[in-house]
Amino acid sequence: MNFKLKDLGPQLITVIAVVLIFGFFTYNAQINMENRGIDFGYGFLSQESSFDVQFSLIEYDGSHSYFRAYLVGLLNTILVSVIGIIIATIIGVIVGVARLSPNYLINKFAAYYVEFFRNIPLLLQIFFWYFAALRALPLPQDAEAIFGVFFLTIKGLYVPAFIWENFNIFFYSIVAAVIAIIVIRFQAKKLQETQGKQIPVFLIAIGLILILPLLSFLIGGVSLSFEIPKLKQLAATSFVYDGGLSLPPELIALTLSLSLYTATFIAECVRAGIQGVGKGQKEAAASIGLTPNQVLKLVIMPQALRIIIPPTTNQYLNLTKNSSLAAAIAYPDLVLVFAGTALMQTGKAIEIVSITMFTYLSLSISISILMNWYNKKIAIQEK
Amino acid sequence: MFKYLKQLTSLVAMVAVLFTFTTETMAAKKSKTLKNTQKKGFVRCGVSQGLPGFSNADAAGNWTGVDVDVCRAVAAAVLGDANKVKFTPLSAKERFTALTSGEIDILSRNTTWTLSRDADIGLTFVGVNFYDGQGFMVRKSSGITSVNQFKNGISACTNIGTTTELNMRDFFNSKGISYEPVAFEKADEVVAAYDSGRCDTYTTDKSGLAAQRTKMSNPDEHIVLPETISKEPLGPVVRQGDSVWEDIVRWSLNAMIEAEEYGITSANADSMKTSENPAIKRLVGAEGELGAAFGLDNEWSLRIIKQVGNYGESYKRNIADTGILPDRGPNQLWTKGGILYVPPAR
Repeated sequence: MNFKLKDLGPQLITVIAVVLIFGFFTYNAQINMENRGIDFGYGFLSQESSFDVQFSLIEYDGSHSYFRAYLVGLLNTILVSVIGIIIATIIGVIVGVARLSPNYLINKFAAYYVEFFRNIPLLLQIFFWYFAALRALPLPQDAEAIFGVFFLTIKGLYVPAFIWENFNIFFYSIVAAVIAIIVIRFQAKKLQETQGKQIPVFLIAIGLILILPLLSFLIGGVSLSFEIPKLKQLAATSFVYDGGLSLPPELIALTLSLSLYTATFIAECVRAGIQGVGKGQKEAAASIGLTPNQVLKLVIMPQALRIIIPPTTNQYLNLTKNSSLAAAIAYPDLVLVFAGTALMQTGKAIEIVSITMFTYLSLSISISILMNWYNKKIAIQEK
Repeated sequence: MFKYLKQLTSLVAMVAVLFTFTTETMAAKKSKTLKNTQKKGFVRCGVSQGLPGFSNADAAGNWTGVDVDVCRAVAAAVLGDANKVKFTPLSAKERFTALTSGEIDILSRNTTWTLSRDADIGLTFVGVNFYDGQGFMVRKSSGITSVNQFKNGISACTNIGTTTELNMRDFFNSKGISYEPVAFEKADEVVAAYDSGRCDTYTTDKSGLAAQRTKMSNPDEHIVLPETISKEPLGPVVRQGDSVWEDIVRWSLNAMIEAEEYGITSANADSMKTSENPAIKRLVGAEGELGAAFGLDNEWSLRIIKQVGNYGESYKRNIADTGILPDRGPNQLWTKGGILYVPPAR
């Protein structure tokens, strides 16, 4: 009994202290807000926002609600994070492998890249890409077309828009191809385990993913055309591109700086992972007759990934949270739209900041859960 | 990162204030802000991050401008020295939080007086020190001379957290023009973006346009369009709930305007003590007991006039002589065709 109390005591005191501190702050905030005539409540979320946002993935204008504005900001944050994570991973893996290359030039180039980009503060890099690099781009009227259809200007990158007919048939053909590949892969594995036969699954997969969508074009009635951006004059010296898709320079600068910065850390994770696999593993694998490709795929990578994934998860989380620096260059992310404009227009500081914090927390936890699931999947399965 | 640091400090300040304010909330009869200010020995004033003519710091860190002068006037009235002011530069987004959290005691930062701000978020506007309206700046070479020449697809640079964002939408909507709003947190970033060609037009209060134009790489290449699309009465703001402090700030501003009306300047203020006009004598502290109502002495307004000058002197020094807006427009006394009209100090 005595022993238990000794065990419980400190924990109980901690819980009481935490509750008291939180209660004290909540009470104080309430009293002070009352004294200053500030109302607390989330009712404003359904009110008309009456401000516009530059760039939105869903239909939005000032006649929509503050909640809709929140969604616009959230989706823009997710957009830049997802693109950033994909690009950072690709660059990171390439650079990480390149750092281990026996080729002096490739090796040194990768090393300098990592040291350069990871040692400059991210905010500075964002400013550099936005205010220095992209500012050097031509005005719309002076822009040279890239491949005749892309226009990179100071007002953004204009690309042709796809105009689909019967898009759903095309989509189903891709889904069908993916399902077929999964089934074939499963069968191939079974075949190898039971009869020792190997099927060129990779070649079949490529064939399927090309042929099925192609068929949808030929006999499924799917057609695709492009809407190419056209130069439009606004005033004597002021032009813009009309039609097509436009990617604002803010999005480009932010994605570029986030991925180049985060890629350096991912590259180091990848290098550490590969170097962490014992040399003997590679030699042993080679000695039992595996081809170099198989050595990498079946022996090195599965072990390296276990080392790579946990620290890379941290980098993904960092990238997502760092995307809030977007506010500095007018990219309408969650912080700029919701914790910025919406907060100012409503004055609901506590409500909006709490929602924003909770949102980032949820985003980060989702990424963590996903990566932990993947990590568990590739971890050593003790039998 | 430093702007986030600032938000952090305001948060810390908020927490600290929450602590201190609970013990003596209603009971204090005298103004708590006044008492704290006198104890500290300086007025805590929130200003812009650099808007020539309104609040702008020179290389040596000396703040000047008509908004700055309001805070200096309060310091002269309350502490006897117009230089005893601590200026805190704030972005449009941070300003109200800084005031309600108690980081500053006066917000004098070209802030538009609107109903929702006055009634909703724990603030009180005490007056108007500049009557303004929102306008547009374009490049001269564009050939645009009126907002009626704007076309679909125009991109407009502006600040976030201001009435500008709302007015802009109202304006473009009423004209049926589709536009691309590009909103930055700091005015310098807006100017840099517009200057480089990212945007076709830059929109904010006209005084702001005139002031920021002086910061462009080549000011002569830009013009401010004649149309005004909104009313923007700019003025100092205080926290709600301290009516004595509110009165001090209001009447410090009013004293400057009334001093101009009666021709009292920083140069002649002392000699006006022997004036025949009782209104003048009251303003220079030679008659009446006006200061006692705020818990100040009788020469509070004399010190404002002597150390800061009247409104006209402040305007001339900061806005006219710097070439920002040589014409006073509506910011002229009511006796001279403007709309500056303040209640009598008596």
